[in-house]
Amino acid sequence: MKAAVIVFPGSNCDRDLAVALEQVTGAKPAMVWHRDSELPDGTDFIGIPGGFSYGDYLRSGAMAARSPVMGPVRDAAARGVPVIGICNGFQVLTEAGLLPGALMRNAGLKFVCRPVLLRVENSQSLFTAAYEAGETVTFPVAHHDGNYQADSETLDRLEGEGRVAFRYLDACNGSSRDIAGILNDAGNVLGLMPHPERAIEPAHGGSDGRRLFEGLLETVA
Amino acid sequence: MKARVFITLKPGVLDPQGKAIHHALEGLGFAGVNDVRAGKLIELELAEGTEDSAIEDMCRKLLANTVIENFRIERLESVAS
Repeated sequence: MKAAVIVFPGSNCDRDLAVALEQVTGAKPAMVWHRDSELPDGTDFIGIPGGFSYGDYLRSGAMAARSPVMGPVRDAAARGVPVIGICNGFQVLTEAGLLPGALMRNAGLKFVCRPVLLRVENSQSLFTAAYEAGETVTFPVAHHDGNYQADSETLDRLEGEGRVAFRYLDACNGSSRDIAGILNDAGNVLGLMPHPERAIEPAHGGSDGRRLFEGLLETVA
Repeated sequence: MKARVFITLKPGVLDPQGKAIHHALEGLGFAGVNDVRAGKLIELELAEGTEDSAIEDMCRKLLANTVIENFRIERLESVAS
């Protein structure tokens, strides 16, 4: 797998994601700066990490979504290259229009930082193939703007098409229908607020996130 | 010339910040506040002759997230001093 991790000013989970990818795939991902106008040749997986790109100015993810590197990311996504956006990465993907809806301030107004229980709703995607449908997993969350909102028509479509990948079992941010992660219509773009890359070895307090990367490796490679 | 862009949450979109402001006002003893919605004001200094359509384009492409927000543009024509 030739993975690329996009780095924006203010990204802070880029190294966590790179380490998770390297541990699982054995290959170091390319770290691609936001001002780059192309991805390394042969990139077959793109990770958009968590953090506070551009200090969350204007709206979380808004500036990052318009940075030069997002052109090639958009093109790669259209060609079917798998793209994962975690936390701020999910916000970037919605702001870029690659995923529907928006992530708003948590309903409780507090930054939430703790492990949460999630249900894997769709185990048929590129990203969730190593999980069982309906399985319960624990990933940490750490966000202030994770309150997923979309109009009811969009929500119904996401549900109907099996595009809700993960759902919170303990609501932590007010998201519509407890949605924690969604897929695009082609199924190759996943955005989620919880951090699978921070749950890849027992020292993290759990390793439920590891299978997401293992499943990916199997489907991509 | 100057223009002001007012960005507001669409009706029906939950506004946790507005709610918190509302509660704080009530806590300070201000009665009769029925609802609070928080938005943004962005002031633009523009070249003379900038078209309305260009400002709208800025709003759609960056300043507002039209999934959840509405925008309103107010032009402030410069006054010769």
